[in-house]
Amino acid sequence: MSPTDLLEKPEGAVEPNREPMHGRNTQISGATLTGFIPAEDLIIPDVKDVVEESASGRAPEGSDPVSDKTMVLNMGPQHPSTHGVLRLVIEIDGETVVSLAPDIGYLHTGIEKTCEAKFYNQVTPLTDRIDYLCPMTNNTAYALAVEKLLQLEIPEKAQWMRVLFNELTRIQSHLVWLGTHAMDIGALTVFLYCFREREELLRIFEAVSGQRMMTSYVRIGGVALEPPVGLFKKIRAFLEDFPSKIEQYEGLLQNNPIWIGRLKGIGYLTAEQAVALGVTGPPLRASGVDFDLRRDMPYSSYEKFQFNVPVATEGDVWARYIVRMQEMRESVKICLQALDGMPEGRIVAHAPKILVPDREQMKTQMESLIHHFKIVTEGFQVPAGEAMSAVEAPHGQMNYYVVSDGTAKPQRVHVRNADFCTLQALETMCKGQLIADVVAVIGSIDIVLGAIDR
Amino acid sequence: MSDPATTPATPEAVFGKEAVAAAFANHAAITGLEAFIVDAKWDRQELTLTVAPENIVAACKAAQASGYNFFEDCTAVDWYPSEPRFQVTYHLLSHRLKERIRLIARVHGDDPVIESITSVWPAANFYEREVFDLFGVRFTGHPRLTRIMMPDNWNGHPLRKDYPVEGYR
Repeated sequence: MSPTDLLEKPEGAVEPNREPMHGRNTQISGATLTGFIPAEDLIIPDVKDVVEESASGRAPEGSDPVSDKTMVLNMGPQHPSTHGVLRLVIEIDGETVVSLAPDIGYLHTGIEKTCEAKFYNQVTPLTDRIDYLCPMTNNTAYALAVEKLLQLEIPEKAQWMRVLFNELTRIQSHLVWLGTHAMDIGALTVFLYCFREREELLRIFEAVSGQRMMTSYVRIGGVALEPPVGLFKKIRAFLEDFPSKIEQYEGLLQNNPIWIGRLKGIGYLTAEQAVALGVTGPPLRASGVDFDLRRDMPYSSYEKFQFNVPVATEGDVWARYIVRMQEMRESVKICLQALDGMPEGRIVAHAPKILVPDREQMKTQMESLIHHFKIVTEGFQVPAGEAMSAVEAPHGQMNYYVVSDGTAKPQRVHVRNADFCTLQALETMCKGQLIADVVAVIGSIDIVLGAIDR
Repeated sequence: MSDPATTPATPEAVFGKEAVAAAFANHAAITGLEAFIVDAKWDRQELTLTVAPENIVAACKAAQASGYNFFEDCTAVDWYPSEPRFQVTYHLLSHRLKERIRLIARVHGDDPVIESITSVWPAANFYEREVFDLFGVRFTGHPRLTRIMMPDNWNGHPLRKDYPVEGYR
C-alpha cells in the first residue's frame, strides 16, 4: 500500500461520538498512519503505543529476554518536578529512555469556552489564570489583540508601563524557573534565594495592581491604575540590587560540579528540530535560532529600547540555563530604561464609549456616567473581524487569536501558549537520556501546566 | 509586510483575492500560494488567505517554500448555525521575513474533515488533536488522532457553539 492510499481514507480517525472509547488512552483509533511522515522521529508517540511496544518486547531473537526487555514507568501526574499535573509515560531500557509520551488534560480550566460567554473586558481576569507565573504578559497579549480589533491608539505612557511590568514579570517568572529547576537537581539554597527576590517583585505588583499574582493590571486600552508615589523608586532600588543577586545564584551554581554534570550535554535539540516542533522562547534561542519578538516584531514600543538577545548554540539544558540567566540581566536593562524615560500623560486611551471613563468625569458629567453604566452592564461592541497578537512571554511566544462577530462577546478566543508546543519536543530531547535527566530536561523547558490545559 | 522604505504606505483594509494581489504584488505569500488562494483579505495589518480544505497540505508546503518556516498554531472557529460551519485557521510565521500570514480553510459541519499538516510541520500534532478533541474536526493523515484534553469516552466536543457553557451533560 502506498502512502497516498492511506491519505485518501477518511476513516483514519474514528469520531469518538460514534464509537465511544472507554478508559483514558487505552484504545487507539484507526490505523496509525506513520509510514509517510518524513520526520518520523519527531512525532510524539501515544501513551497506548508506548505501553504496547513495551509489552510486545523489543528483544531480538536469541538475546536475553530479561535484560533486553524495556519497561514502562509512569512519571506523575503529581511528580514534584513537573510543577503541575502532568503524566509522562516513559518506556525505559534499564535507566535509558527509549520513548516518552506526555499525557495532558487534567486541569480542564475551560478558559477558551468561558471567554465566549463573557464581555471583552471581563476576559482580562481570566487571562491571568492561564499562566499564573506571567499574568502581565497574558494581559498584554490579550489587550493587544482586542486593541487591534478596535483599532485603538494607546498612549505612550501606557505602552511604557506595559514594557516595564512585562520585563519585571519575566524576571519573576525566571526566578521561579531557576529556583524550582535548581531544586529538582538538588540545590535547595538557590530555591530559597530566588523566592526571596520574587517576594519583592510580588510586593511591587501588589502595590501597583492590588494583587500579587492575578494582577489584571494591563487592560484593554491601557493599564489599570497610576503607579503609587514612590513605587518607581522602589523598583529602581530592586533593579540596582538585583544583578548582584544573579551573581550570587551563579556563584552557587556556575562552577558547581554537580550542576555542570547534570546540565551539560543533556536534552539536545537542534535548531531544525526546534523550528519543526514549534519551540519558542529561551529553548529556541538556546538551540541557536536568533529570534525574539521584542526585537524582530516589536509591540508596545519595544523598538525604543536597547537590549541584546542572548543566544546559545549548544541546544542542551546548560544552554537554556545560560540564556535565561542572561535574559534576566537584559530585562534589568530594559526596566531601567523604562524608568529613566517614562513619558508623561494618560495611562488609558481616550475612548469613552469603549473604556470606562475617568472617575472625575463620572462625577461631573451625566454622559460619562451613562457610558460607564452601559459598558459595565452591556459591554462594548467590537467590529467584526479577527486579530492575532504575539508577545514574547517568559516561556516563549504567546499568541492571542480573537475573533469578533460584531457583538459584545468574543466569538472565539484562542491562546497559543509556548509550553504546549515545547512539550511536544520533550520526547526528542529525552530520547536516549537517563531517567534522572528527564527531570533536568523538564526543568529546562519551564512548563506551567495551567497554560497547557484548555 | 515588505520593506516600508521601498513600498508605498500599506492600505487600511483590502478585501478580495484580486484586490489583495494587486495591492501586494511582490508579497512572498501571495506569489508563493497563488495557485491555492480562493479568497484573501488584508485587514488590521494582517494578511488572511483562504484556501480550499483539500489543498491545505499543498498550500502549507508552498508557504514553507516561500519562507514561512515556522508553524505557530492551528485552531478552529465555529460559525454555527451558518455553513460552512468550521473555519480552520493556521498561523504561519517567517523568522527571516519577520512577518506572519494566516491560512483559513472552511469545512462543512456535517462531515468536518481536513488533511493533516503534520507531514509539513510536526508541531501541528498537538494542535490538530486539540481541534479534533474540542471541535470534532477530523484530520486525515494525522499519525495519532486521539483526544488530548478530554477523556476518551467523553461525549461531544466542548468548544462547539451548540455545546452548553453551563450545566452537566
